Amino acid sequence: MMYSEKVLDHFTNPRNVGEIPDADGVGEVGNAKCGDIMKMYLKIQGDTITDVKFKTFGCGAAIATSSMATELIKGKTIEDALKLTNKAVMEALDGLPPVKVHCSVLAEQAVRAALSDYYARQGIDPEPIVGKLKDVDHDHDDGDGSCSCG
Amino acid sequence: MSKIVYADNAATTQVSDRVLQKMLPWFSSHYGNPSSIYGIGREGRAALEEARGQVAQALHCDPSEVYFTACGTESDNWAIKGMAKTLAAKGKRHIITTAIEHHAVLHTCKALEKEGFSVTYLPVDQYGLVTPEQVEEAITPETALVTIMFANNEIGTIEPVARIGEVCRRKGVPFHTDAVQAVGHVPVDVQEMNIDLLSLSAHKFHGPKGVGALYIRRGIPFPATLMEGGGQERGRRAGTENVAGIVGLGEALTEALEDLPEKTARVTAMRDRLIRELTKLPKVRLNGHPSLRLPGNCNLSFEGVEGESLLLLLDARDICASSGSACTSGSLDPSHVLLAIGLPHEVAHGSLRLSIGDMTTDSDIDRIIEAVPQVVERLRAMSPVWEKIKDN
Repeated sequence: MMYSEKVLDHFTNPRNVGEIPDADGVGEVGNAKCGDIMKMYLKIQGDTITDVKFKTFGCGAAIATSSMATELIKGKTIEDALKLTNKAVMEALDGLPPVKVHCSVLAEQAVRAALSDYYARQGIDPEPIVGKLKDVDHDHDDGDGSCSCG
Repeated sequence: MSKIVYADNAATTQVSDRVLQKMLPWFSSHYGNPSSIYGIGREGRAALEEARGQVAQALHCDPSEVYFTACGTESDNWAIKGMAKTLAAKGKRHIITTAIEHHAVLHTCKALEKEGFSVTYLPVDQYGLVTPEQVEEAITPETALVTIMFANNEIGTIEPVARIGEVCRRKGVPFHTDAVQAVGHVPVDVQEMNIDLLSLSAHKFHGPKGVGALYIRRGIPFPATLMEGGGQERGRRAGTENVAGIVGLGEALTEALEDLPEKTARVTAMRDRLIRELTKLPKVRLNGHPSLRLPGNCNLSFEGVEGESLLLLLDARDICASSGSACTSGSLDPSHVLLAIGLPHEVAHGSLRLSIGDMTTDSDIDRIIEAVPQVVERLRAMSPVWEKIKDN
């Protein structure tokens, strides 16, 4: 299995690692049983994501996709962040090995989970805006690149 | 950066200079086919027989009981499928093995299950040990074969092979052991241990890749190879012999067993220093048995970190290690061995196997002892689960 230079760069020098104590939205996806958990913290002013941090337990691809996802949404509008797809994260990293595609799905879902939390904190039902969150880690063995353990 | 620290000797080893030098002529000037009648063919034949003698001496058997194969996996397949199919004709369609075998054995057993064999996968205790009593209780009149590994490739636990062999002999059931991790590292005696079939692989003891052997006790009912072809290996394993590889296997085994007690003492002392220093970290556990383990095996689980990340950061410091078995890298499943000894999934994901050998130096151990805690700390600092784990 080979990682691209970009994946190794984002793994070795991850961007935006940490927590935001007064975050406006926090999302956590994945589970330890499957070997990856991503937690994303957002600071939002108006409709702009002014700061983003993450903490990830997982493989090289999980850490690299978290890092790349934060870079792709930092300074962007909520609308733009909601358009972030796992494919965009993968392309920005020059691709991922097939068994690691689910990591990019987790990164996309972590952003959505944090935005859902942001709306929920304001008493707004997030589902019509953010959509339903995928249960990434429980789609076992369905061939879409999701976690196959458990 | 200084030279690499190679701590993955359970995956493969470096061919020793002595072995390489002995192999080289068999690629160039001595290229004859051992089946040929002329001089350079006869030389090849003699070299094969010398290597067979070296293996026989190491295993305490007769040279005529040693058959060369292409790898440990082929030996395992041949032993298990061969014995199963021979005894199925007599109505024996049951195989006993353990939950922690190498995939070469496990997947072979799974394949036989699809053909109607029943397989008992004996559970192991928290150290990875199976008992002779478990084996005895599992044997039925239909049992065709007991196949239990000599030593585990991931956690290094050495099974009570001699006592299991004694049970099998008493019950009249053939006993195969996958000794790929043991041969060349711990004493093996097929007579004393009542072993009927034994698999070994050259590249685990400083021999070349692509060559292994199967010991088949004389007199046990056993069919020819899985391959059709010429009459090599006394008609039991067709295919032109890998002369250079076989020469390398024989020499490597002889070299490995020279001064074995001294080498074992030195490697064990280094291993114990690794274990002692690295288990000083919080929330770490040693996997496998504290003393009944291969001299070079150190397998640890660090809670709150994931194994692949650990390996990548160690690789960035030129330290080669593995997480569970190298054969399962690329898979997302945690190791079946670590799950079988009772580790929760999340802890199994954070495992690190450091397998050292007689080419490992004290300064290699220093480098590992310095790097691992730093790397673990760095990953824990970015792990969302570590805060919860460490206070628990």
